[in-house]
Amino acid sequence: MLQMDNFLYASDLSEAYDTLLSVPGSVVLGGCGYLRLGARSISTAIDLSRLDLDFVREIEGAVEIGAMTTLRTLETDLLSSSLAGGVLQTAVKNIVGVQLRNCVTIGGTVAGRYPFSDPITALMALDTQLMFYKNGLVSLEQYLAGKDYKDILEKIIIPKDARRAAFTCIRKAKTDFAVLNVAVSKKEDAYRIIVGSRPGRAINASTAAEFLTQNGLDDVTAREAGRLAAESLRFGDNPRGSGLYRKAVCPVLIERALKEVIEVMHAA
Amino acid sequence: MQLETHINGRTLTLDFPNGEFLYETLRRYGYLSVKQGCDIGSCGLCTVWLDNTPVLSCGILTARIGGKEITTIEALQDEAHSFAEFMVAEGAEQCGFCSPGFTMTVLAMKRELNQPSEEEINHYLAGNLCRCSGYKGQMRAIKKFMGVM
Repeated sequence: MLQMDNFLYASDLSEAYDTLLSVPGSVVLGGCGYLRLGARSISTAIDLSRLDLDFVREIEGAVEIGAMTTLRTLETDLLSSSLAGGVLQTAVKNIVGVQLRNCVTIGGTVAGRYPFSDPITALMALDTQLMFYKNGLVSLEQYLAGKDYKDILEKIIIPKDARRAAFTCIRKAKTDFAVLNVAVSKKEDAYRIIVGSRPGRAINASTAAEFLTQNGLDDVTAREAGRLAAESLRFGDNPRGSGLYRKAVCPVLIERALKEVIEVMHAA
Repeated sequence: MQLETHINGRTLTLDFPNGEFLYETLRRYGYLSVKQGCDIGSCGLCTVWLDNTPVLSCGILTARIGGKEITTIEALQDEAHSFAEFMVAEGAEQCGFCSPGFTMTVLAMKRELNQPSEEEINHYLAGNLCRCSGYKGQMRAIKKFMGVM
């Protein structure tokens, strides 16, 4: 059981934001998947579940997903699951089990900036933007790279374009966290190669992506891009794997993901 | 903290500490089929339905279930018995400790998936770790129960 002094069903985003700023030790609740794992004390738990933030909807040129939308919805909703060839669905479908995915929210996942997150890696490859109540529109990449700040994440916005994308990862067991995860995307001549669970936060391997922009994508350049990414990124140790192991599998995962994109290009 | 909710079709006013999780509350109120296994949201043993959707009751704060419908296996005795007969017929019955959570997921799957493949069944049940009587026998029983043999 958590130590929780107060529980607030926020009536609107303004109340949630004001409480977060004014009450020391207050916490915005996502799906609570990880909240209970730490023996923490919370002064006020702020619940957004009555603010109609559970939605997936299409707007002009993009798809908006509410912060309280569960990972299971991302997996099964026709719109979110078909984005960029289903890369988001691939990234979430092996996260523990259906029951956990019915609890965990995309807002909690993204706002928590979890380094082991699979969906964050996929969302980075899709150039996802975040809409915060106070800070407005912020790119996911910028949010991950910067300092954490107190705000309420309202929704994420994913461009709906002709991008090809793929996600892959390596796990010790099917429902375990990834030892390393990779998402790649190709939009015209621009590439994104995102590597997460390094075990640091997901990051864009920009040198490797630029290499593909200059040389095009084929089986040979896919392998070279993997090598360049592994050379340019930093990897570390944690109980799931060593930095050396991650560095060794990184080029393989990137090559696999890029070859998926090549297959889709050939099929089109 | 107090709130009104619905458990197995009954409207109840629950009284609980703010930071309590649902499985603890359910057990205090006598729903003893709900058990805790791993305590880290991984084993599926504590599965109940929240508005007809399978969730981990060890990961749901009781404070968040106001006005919602909670279903435990106590409300699904006929269906659970029917599924148990399929398991027994295939020699796949388990010791019983984690069976309620497993059965709740299987019954949810039957409502959600139509004619699932073996791969889809495995995917849906991946969040329930225990297969103590054997994978093969359980899969045979589940496929027959789902009507896909």
